[in-house]
Amino acid sequence: MSQRQISVQGPQREIAKKWRVTRLAWGLLLPSLIFLAIFTFYPIGYSVYMSFFKNNMATYATGPQYIGLANYITLFTQDKVFAASFRNNLIVAVVTVPTSIALGVAMAIFANQVKVGKGAVRVSYFYPSLLPMVAVANIWLFIYTPMYGLLGYINPAWHFLTNPSTVLGALIVMLIWKQAGYVMIFYISGLQNINSELYEAARIDGANARQTFWKITWPMLKPTTLYVMIITLTNAYKMVDHLYIMTKGGPGNSSNMLLFYVYQKAFDQSNTGMASAITVVLVVILLVITCVQFFTQDKRIFYA
Amino acid sequence: MKKMLAILLTLLFVLGMVPAMAEDVIELDMYFPVSVGGGPDALITALCEEFHAENPGIKVNPVYAGSYADTRTKVIAAIQAGNTPAIALMFSIDLYQLFSMGVLYNYNDLCTTEEDLAWLNGFYPGFMENSRLPQPDGSFLTYGIPWQRSTIIMYYNKDAFAEVGLDPNAPPTTWQELEDYAVKLTKKDAAGNVERYGIQIPSDKAGYAYWMLQTFTLTQDGQNLMSSDGTEVFFNHEKTIKGIEFWKHLTDIGAQAPGTPKWSTTVSDFLEGKVAMMYHTTGNLTNVRKNATFEFGTSRLAAGTSYGSPTGGGNFYLFKGVPEEQTQAAFQFIKWMTGNPERVAQWSIDTGYVATRPEAYETQRMIEYTESFPSALTARDQLEYAYAEFSVYDQGNVQDILDTAIEEVMTGQKGAADALNAAQAQADAILMDYR
Amino acid sequence: MMMRLQKNRLQAASWKWTPGKVIGYAFMYLFALVCLIPLIWMVRTAFIPQEHALNLFKVAAPTLDNFVRIWNAASWSTYYINTFIIVGGVLLMQFITITMAGYAFARLEFYGKNTLFVLFLTQIMIAADVLILPNYNTISGMGLANTLLGTMMPFFASAMGTFLMRQTIKTIPFEIEEAATIDGCSLFNMIMRIYLPMLVPCYIAHGLIAASYQWNNFLWPLIVINSVSKRPLTVGLAIFAMSYETGAQWSDVCAATFLTVAPLLILFFIFQKRFIESFAYSGIK
Repeated sequence: MSQRQISVQGPQREIAKKWRVTRLAWGLLLPSLIFLAIFTFYPIGYSVYMSFFKNNMATYATGPQYIGLANYITLFTQDKVFAASFRNNLIVAVVTVPTSIALGVAMAIFANQVKVGKGAVRVSYFYPSLLPMVAVANIWLFIYTPMYGLLGYINPAWHFLTNPSTVLGALIVMLIWKQAGYVMIFYISGLQNINSELYEAARIDGANARQTFWKITWPMLKPTTLYVMIITLTNAYKMVDHLYIMTKGGPGNSSNMLLFYVYQKAFDQSNTGMASAITVVLVVILLVITCVQFFTQDKRIFYA
Repeated sequence: MKKMLAILLTLLFVLGMVPAMAEDVIELDMYFPVSVGGGPDALITALCEEFHAENPGIKVNPVYAGSYADTRTKVIAAIQAGNTPAIALMFSIDLYQLFSMGVLYNYNDLCTTEEDLAWLNGFYPGFMENSRLPQPDGSFLTYGIPWQRSTIIMYYNKDAFAEVGLDPNAPPTTWQELEDYAVKLTKKDAAGNVERYGIQIPSDKAGYAYWMLQTFTLTQDGQNLMSSDGTEVFFNHEKTIKGIEFWKHLTDIGAQAPGTPKWSTTVSDFLEGKVAMMYHTTGNLTNVRKNATFEFGTSRLAAGTSYGSPTGGGNFYLFKGVPEEQTQAAFQFIKWMTGNPERVAQWSIDTGYVATRPEAYETQRMIEYTESFPSALTARDQLEYAYAEFSVYDQGNVQDILDTAIEEVMTGQKGAADALNAAQAQADAILMDYR
Repeated sequence: MMMRLQKNRLQAASWKWTPGKVIGYAFMYLFALVCLIPLIWMVRTAFIPQEHALNLFKVAAPTLDNFVRIWNAASWSTYYINTFIIVGGVLLMQFITITMAGYAFARLEFYGKNTLFVLFLTQIMIAADVLILPNYNTISGMGLANTLLGTMMPFFASAMGTFLMRQTIKTIPFEIEEAATIDGCSLFNMIMRIYLPMLVPCYIAHGLIAASYQWNNFLWPLIVINSVSKRPLTVGLAIFAMSYETGAQWSDVCAATFLTVAPLLILFFIFQKRFIESFAYSGIK
C-alpha cells in the first residue's frame, strides 16, 4: 500500500503504480465478480441463447431445436397469457409506484411530526414489509375469502379473488400495504437530510403547510424519490410469491405476472425455450426502467 | 480472515456432509401430493414407517411436495436435473407426459411370478384407464399402480334439504333437478345478500377445473375430453360446450357463487353451511364426515343424458435410471402398500378414497364401516359409470390451456364457444407433435 | 440525530392546528390502525381455540393448542434451522465480498473502475431471483440442486451491499489509513483492525436488510429444495398451508404463519428504532 504515498516521478511510474493498484482492486473485486458472473451475467446470456430454441416436452427425446425468433413471435402475436401478464405487470407498476410513494411520503411526514404514539405508528406502518410474501398471502387469502372471511363481515357478496375484474385490484391493495412502509423509511431519512434553515426561512416568509411541502420538502426529496422509484418499479416485476398461494395467476390469467409466468412455463410446463424468451423480455424491461432512470436523471443517487 | 475462512469451511463441510449416511439400508425418497383435507400426509408417513418396521432393509422417506401439479413439477425437474427418484406417488394423469419422457418402468416387465401377476390384475378396471397404455398389438402395459384414487361425488346438506322442503333422501338425479334444487336451496337474507348458495362446483385453476368440466361431459353419454391415446382433445365438441354452458348457467341464475369458487375452500364452504351441495372428490369423505355439524348425504352425479364421473387421484410410478436394487425395493414397497386388502381398506376408511381392489370391500373392517356409513360406497358404486380422467401428452401445458378457458367462461370474460374453440386450437398445436 | 431534534423544535415552535391538519392526523392514525388489522387478526386466529376461529366476535381465552397441533404436523424445527443456516451463510459471505469490493470502489483508482461499477449495478436491476430458470440449471449442473449451499450461492455477492460499504468507507477519513500504513500494517490487517469497527453500523444495516430478504425469500428455495429436511420456513409454510387450506383449519394456517413471522417481528418490535434507522441508513444514497 505504501506505494501510493510515494510522490509521482513521471508518467511511467504513475502508470506502473496504477497497474499495481488495478491488480489489487481486481483481486478485491474478484469474489464478487465471480458470483455476479455466474448468477447474473451468464444467466442473462444463457436465457438469450436458449430463447432461440424450441425446448419443451415434445423435444425432450430429440433435444432442443433451433427456431430463431419463433418464440418471441409467438409471445408477441399469439400468447394471450403473455399479453395478460405483460398488461397486469404494467398496471401493477403504474398503480403501486405512485401510490406507495404518496403514502410513503405521508407516512414519513406524519411519523416525523407526531408526538403521541410515534413508535407505535412507525411500527404499524413498517411491519408489513418485514413479513414474507407467502405469509402475507395466507393472511390476505383469508381476509378476501367470501362470506366468512374478514371482509365477508362487511359484505358477504364480495368475491374479489375469483372475479377477473377485481382480482388485480385486490392484490394491488395488498402489495401497497406491504410496500408503503418500506418506502416510508427512505423518506424518513430523506426528511432528516433537509436543512432545517429552509423551513425556518419559509416560516418567516409566512408560507403555509402546503406551500412548504411543494416548495421545499418535495423538491428536496427528489433524490430519495428517484431511488424509491427504482426500488418500487423493479419490485412491481419481482413480487410474485403471493400468486403461488392466492390465485396461480387466475382467474383466466387476470392476475398473472411475467415472473410467475416464467415459473409456470419453466417448471410447471417444462417449456425452457418459452420461459427463456419471457425471461429475456423481463430482463429488457428491467434494464430499460433502470437505464431510463439512471441515464436521464440525477446520477447522484448512485454516485453519492 | 483465517477465522472467517475457518467458519466458512466448517459451514460448507457441515452442509456437504448431510447426505452420505446409512450404508445397509436402501433409502428411497418418495414425492407425494395431497389435495384433500384431513391430513393424509400423516397417514402416508405412518404407512412408510410401518413398512420400514416390517422391512428393515428398506426405508421410504415420504416427501410431501404440495398439490399434484407441484409434485409433477418437482419430479420432472428432478429427472431433468439427473436426480431421478426411484419411486413417486403422482397424479394418474401425468402418465402420458412421463411416458413420453421415456422414464417409466412398465410393471408387466417387473411382475415375474404368478403372485405378482395376480396382484397386477386385481385392481378395478375403471382405475386402470389412467394407469396403463395401449400397445400397437391391442394389449395394454401398466405403468402406474392406483393408490389414492377417487371419483367425483356430490355431497349435500340434508338439513338444508329439509329446511326448504326437499326430501333429504332424494338427491337430484338429473341436471334439471340439480338446477331446480340448487335454486331452492339458495338462501338470501333480508338485505338480499346470499347466505347460502345452492351448489358449488369449484372452477379455479389452482384446483381441478378441467376435472369438474368432465362431470358435465361424461354425464352426456360418456363424452370425454380426450382420445384414449392422449393425442387428441375434444374441447370444442358440442357436448363440451353444452356442459360448460350448463355449469355457467348455475352461476348465472345465482345458485352458485360468482366467478371461480376455489377447490381448496369448497369443502369448508360446505362445512360452514355456505353451500348446500358440492361436487368434490370422494377423497374428502372422511374429512367431511369428521367435521360436518349437520346431517349430510352423498350421491352419484346428476345425469345429463347418462350417469358418469371421471376417476381421479394418484398412481405409484417407478422410474428408470436408478440402481436396480432401488427399483426392486420400491417395487416391494408398492406391492406392500397396494396388495394387502386390509391395508387398502383401512386407507379408504381413513380418507374416503376408493379402495382400489374389490377384495378390500370384502374385509371385515370394510363391511362394518360401510354398514355404519353407507356413503362410503357411493364412489365405488359410481365406478360403473366412471371414465378416465383427462390425460394427454404434455399434460402440464394442455391442462393449463383448458383450465384457463374454463376460468374465462366461468368469470364471463368469454363465451363458451369462443373460449373452447381457442383452447382447442392451442391444444391442437401442441399435440400435433405427438400424433 | 441532532439535526432532527433541532428541526422538531423548530416545527414545534411554528405548530398550529388547522382543520386540514386535524383531518390529516386523524386519517393517518386511522390508517396506522388499519395497517395493523391483518396482523391482529392473524395473531387472534392463531391463539383462539379452533372451533371459534371463524367467529369474529367470539371472545375466548387464548390457547396454545393450535401450535401444539401444527408443531407435530410438520418439521418446523428443521425449517427454522434451515432458514437460520441460509440467513447466516448468506450474511457471512456477503460481509466478506462486500467489504472487499466496497473498499476497492471507495479507496482505489484503477483501470476499468467505471465499467465494473456499471456491471455491479446490473445486479440491482436484475436480481438473481428474476433469473430463476437459468440459475436453477446452473445450480443443478453444479450438483447443488436440493442443497442449502445451492439456495444461498446466487446471493453471495451483493451490489447493494457493496455500494453501501463504499459510501460508508468514503465517509471515513483517509488519514486513518495513512497512519496505519506508516505503522506498517498490511492491507488485510488494516481492514480488520481499523475499518471493521467503524463499519459496524454498515454491517448492521446491510445485515438486517439482507437477513430479512433471505428470511422471506420463497420462489427460489421452492425451486431448488426438494426434500423436507432442507426446506426453509417460507417453503414449509406454503406447502403446509396448501394441505390445510380448507377453512376449518384456518387456526392451523394462522399458527403456522405466526411461527414463520414471529422471530423477525418480535426482534423488530423490540429494536424498532434500530431497525428503522438501519433500513433508512441503507437508503441514504
